[in-house]
Amino acid sequence: MAADGQTVSEYIVHHLTNLTYGKLPGGAIRDDGTVIADGGLWTMAESAREAGEMGFMAVHVDSMAWSIGLGIIFCWFFHRVAKKASSGVPSGFINVAEMIVEFIDNTVKDTFHGRNPLVAPLALTVFVWVFLMNLMDLIPVDLIPWLLSMAGVHFQKIVPSTDPNITMGMAVGVFILMVYYSIKVKGMGFVRELTMNPFNHPVFIPVNLFMEVVGLLAKPFSLGLRLFGNMYAGEMIFILIAALYSGGLLWSGMAGVLQIGWAIFHILVITLQAFIFMVLTVVYLSMAHEDH
Amino acid sequence: MELIYVAAAIMMGLGGLGAAIGVGLLGGKLIEGSARQPELAPQLQVTFFLGAGLVDAIPIIGVGIAMYLIFVVAG
Repeated sequence: MAADGQTVSEYIVHHLTNLTYGKLPGGAIRDDGTVIADGGLWTMAESAREAGEMGFMAVHVDSMAWSIGLGIIFCWFFHRVAKKASSGVPSGFINVAEMIVEFIDNTVKDTFHGRNPLVAPLALTVFVWVFLMNLMDLIPVDLIPWLLSMAGVHFQKIVPSTDPNITMGMAVGVFILMVYYSIKVKGMGFVRELTMNPFNHPVFIPVNLFMEVVGLLAKPFSLGLRLFGNMYAGEMIFILIAALYSGGLLWSGMAGVLQIGWAIFHILVITLQAFIFMVLTVVYLSMAHEDH
Repeated sequence: MELIYVAAAIMMGLGGLGAAIGVGLLGGKLIEGSARQPELAPQLQVTFFLGAGLVDAIPIIGVGIAMYLIFVVAG
């Protein structure tokens, strides 16, 4: 909820700040004026400026908590389904899980042209986990941060995929798998692909290497940033529409209509982005398994 | 300071232009393909959405950065 005297800008910036836990270095000045003693202090940041002073070794506690929590929910749900699975006619939630698994199975069969038992479960995990993280965007922007602020937690962003750390982390994970399987399946062929394409002559190796490495690095980079950009822009629009509620009855009515419309459109974007992340993961792994 | 708004406007405008032309071309091919082979229409639709999501990536990142510029950087 907006505090008294808070401008629209402050409201927006407040909702775009993650809950950061890190070490404030010795000599840093906190927001209430106190100075940190030498040796530093491990604490939650009270503002974006303090979070900036914490440097690299600071953790976004809210993103980590929500993403790990949603991962546990995903594992628990499919564990329950797996225990109850039988060859009879499914019912209820087993139906949902079966639809998802069948959809992933068909997609992986169409896209993946190698032999690897890891890829389909990986695709299932990526799809359902990213979908669940994106789904948090449909919960009203103020609701959970307001409830938590009454418990003393000042910042909260409940959508982990609006945190570039989370999306780039997943993309880096996919990249590590890509390189691992490229080397495992193709061996020296992987190095040959990097150095002899597109100009097939040893004198061009630096040029080839540069172009191929750029192309290789563009894949996880675009994968992570695509999901982050879509979710960040969507959440930004939710926050902007929520800021309209402070303008009186007429503006609030309009904001209500806009929220519903944007939320309905966002349902498409959520599913689409999870699907694209999954399909691109499978395509990249398929390219890593290709043996010309 | 006013230049930030012009920068954000250019980012969103050019991104939107590229996205609209790209997705429009894709949609046209979808309709044409579905008219030639109606039994392939669902498969083509899936591929269309995949392509639309890929084309949209950079423009939407641009929109996100532009809105960050307008509301957070320009105060």
